[in-house]
Amino acid sequence: MLEMFHLKKDIPFMSYGRLTTTVSLATFLLAVFFLFYKGLNLSIEFTGGTVLEVRYSQPADPNQMRHSIEALNLSGKHQEIQVQLLGSPRDVMIRLPSVSNMTSAKLSETVMAELRKTDAKVESRKVEFVGPSVGEELLTHGLTALALVCVGIIIYLGIRFEWRFAVSAIIANLHDVVIILGVFAFFQWEFSLTVLAAVLAVLGYSVNESVVVFDRIRENFRKAGMRGKSINEVIDNAITATMSRTVITHGSTEVMVLAMLLFGGPALHGFAMALTIGIVFGIYSSVLVASPLLLLFGLTRESMVKPVRVKEEAVV
Amino acid sequence: MNRYPLWKNLIILFALVAGLIYALPNRYGETPAVQVSGTRSSVKVDTAVMDRVEKLLQAANIQPEGAFLENNSLKVKFAGTEAQLKAKTAIQEALGDNYVVALNLQPNTPGWLAKVGAKPMALGLDLRGGVHFLMQVDTRAAVDKAYERVAGDVRRELKDKKIRAGSIKRLVSGVEIQLRDEATMAESRKAIERSLPTVQIAQQSAEGNYRLMLTLTDEEQRRVQSDAVKQNIATLHNRVNELGTTEPVIQQQGADRIVVQLPGVQDTARAKDIIGRTATLEVRMVEEDAAKLSEALAGKVPAGYELLEELDPRGNRPILLKTDVELTGENINGAQPSFDEQNQPSVEITLDSAGANIFRQLTAENIGKRMAMVLVEKNKGQVVTAPVIRGEIGGGRVQITGSMTTADATDTALLLRAGSLAAPMEVVEERTIGPSLGKENIEKGFNSMFYGFGAVVLFMVIYYRMFGVTASLALGANLVFLIALLSVWSTTLTLPGIAAIALTLGMAIDSNVLINERIREEVRAGVPPQTAIKAGYEHAWATILDSNITTFIAGVALFIFGSGAVRGFAVVHCLGIITSMFSAVVVSRALVNLIYGYRRKVTSLAV
Repeated sequence: MLEMFHLKKDIPFMSYGRLTTTVSLATFLLAVFFLFYKGLNLSIEFTGGTVLEVRYSQPADPNQMRHSIEALNLSGKHQEIQVQLLGSPRDVMIRLPSVSNMTSAKLSETVMAELRKTDAKVESRKVEFVGPSVGEELLTHGLTALALVCVGIIIYLGIRFEWRFAVSAIIANLHDVVIILGVFAFFQWEFSLTVLAAVLAVLGYSVNESVVVFDRIRENFRKAGMRGKSINEVIDNAITATMSRTVITHGSTEVMVLAMLLFGGPALHGFAMALTIGIVFGIYSSVLVASPLLLLFGLTRESMVKPVRVKEEAVV
Repeated sequence: MNRYPLWKNLIILFALVAGLIYALPNRYGETPAVQVSGTRSSVKVDTAVMDRVEKLLQAANIQPEGAFLENNSLKVKFAGTEAQLKAKTAIQEALGDNYVVALNLQPNTPGWLAKVGAKPMALGLDLRGGVHFLMQVDTRAAVDKAYERVAGDVRRELKDKKIRAGSIKRLVSGVEIQLRDEATMAESRKAIERSLPTVQIAQQSAEGNYRLMLTLTDEEQRRVQSDAVKQNIATLHNRVNELGTTEPVIQQQGADRIVVQLPGVQDTARAKDIIGRTATLEVRMVEEDAAKLSEALAGKVPAGYELLEELDPRGNRPILLKTDVELTGENINGAQPSFDEQNQPSVEITLDSAGANIFRQLTAENIGKRMAMVLVEKNKGQVVTAPVIRGEIGGGRVQITGSMTTADATDTALLLRAGSLAAPMEVVEERTIGPSLGKENIEKGFNSMFYGFGAVVLFMVIYYRMFGVTASLALGANLVFLIALLSVWSTTLTLPGIAAIALTLGMAIDSNVLINERIREEVRAGVPPQTAIKAGYEHAWATILDSNITTFIAGVALFIFGSGAVRGFAVVHCLGIITSMFSAVVVSRALVNLIYGYRRKVTSLAV
């Protein structure tokens, strides 16, 4: 039998509780700091504006392109013009702010005409225009979706388990979400709608992970062999028992995501990146954040296994 | 104990076969084709047209691969794009202007598959190239317009009833009527109540000040707004038909938005031009008073008037119009380019009965005066023509002549016919994807899916041996079910959709990992193999259910609040969770049962 994690003894995860909580608190605060200090590099889907994707016949020079587009003096807002390479030196993405006195069709035509001066064979592969009002709405919808997911999961876990489990799972997984956002803010990667989809998918996915551990904890509470053990030992045993599953499952999901990251091209890059961060931190947080939180909230055996109530005899 | 009853095995087999059949059409590619449809719904495309086209192609020496009629349109397949292009030109020339001839791609689904309703997934714009627009309908303008109509109706009604009214004013949200005394007020109130049941009337009678305030009921306002969106959708349909694209998507999104998607459109500039054009026609009276005109030219336009330009090939002329709108494009039934008695290009407009009545009354009362046909595009009015009214025009047929070329006449007619928008629209989102990018997106999306799938299968087989093989087969079945479901429900596949398929597959293996790990645990604990299989599946089930439901909750939230890309992702994600539960638990168990359940003695499990 090929085995990765067949451990004779349980790993005392809970005794590292203080250390791991400190580490996650530090990363969390760091992520929040970058989120506020640098902010997210929102895609035009949120901010409004125009994006062009063009392909040159030879390697292009983004700096020179940027200068020539700035020279068009489209809106006066030069700092908002972005030119960057997309995967290969021939593919370039140009991002322009909303220009009030020009339709998007005319704007893209003007820019294309300018680019054709340096390379006659430049090909426009994608033009995207988003009006400013749509973006705000997307943001509120995204936040509503986030809130709805949290509430839905809290209710479900509250019913299936207990409120302590529900709240721990949500805190642990929101911690993942904030870290993904923090990383995106730190590297100033573009935060697009597909990245938002990935972030919300991660939320559902990491809760998944916490649920598996919680399931084991509940089972352990009911097991006869675990009766004399302390809460810490029960949780340690649950995490150790599910560990190989955790690694294998996340490993196979990550393999899929990695394939998207490597072969999916620029269109799937942000999506795959957000999932990768989410999966890595998902393992960490559900094992080392959610479970210590359970203890913090004062989980006891009685909160899971209802004591058998002694029936009162009716007095005749 | 590890045997499924026969019926259960049969159901699984049936599901697998059905899944394969309905997923199969996606294996076949697409053939270039030409689609012929009528420009109007009254133009029938039937076997006679088909016959004509076939003879015509024979004469032009182009060999079609097949032709069939579907939804009042004819589709002819060709072997290559060259034949397709040649055929398009030939058919268009022969059939003339009553038919739209468009290039398109037809799926190569074999006949027997098509008979059972199997069809390939439609590809989204990001995968095949095309144009996407999101338009915002200005519903407040629709209500505004409704008030204008109310003001006009009241004016006519009071005139008909010979009630002397003071000024009839259009306010921001209502119409105000000034009246002389109590009696006329009561009289006009009765008249309005009878003829306009949808307005609410409030009356004010102070000393020597008698007023009626008309407002639309809330219900009526909502109706006007939703009607405006619906009419705009209909209008967009007409315009898109004029464009000759096939399989366009025109849908309402939210309360006041419309999505237009034109897949495979190559000439994006023209598409944008026609879609983006928003024209409404207004008939208004011209003010001939020279003093007022010169005042307006000096920059002081008198209240109740508007200075516009009259189109003229020798240079546009300024013209002063009253702001009251007598008639709008909503009353237009049709518009055709034609020629007048002097053989000059003109546009012939047919009005509906209400429009015809208004027009007859208007012309009868204003003989000798000029009226203006104003084409309003993007909130900017332009006077197409301002003819002098020579006599009463009844019957609802109006001919507009002016200085226009034949092309102008055709264009104006098209705009009027397709252009009667109930409210102006604004493009709030626009996306153009070139066909080469689409092709690359498909390739990259599927490549990453297959490499990922291969890697997962390889790992599972090495790590779990026989149980890895069953898990991989179950994962394959999951892919088949998912694609079959997406095809049957004619979901549009987008790049985020492909990403969701890949992600779902990666996550679906979780269930089998859970099961296999449980079986291993049981084996380690010294449980006999058959019992271990049973216990493993049973113990894992609760966990699988819980974890899938939480993921599902996230998927549903994404579906409800997501738009566009996110929604495509969510649909696939949710469906994938459902199919994965079936395949990971039921299909894999059936396979394990078939392998181990019928052996007399199992000493060890290859897990």
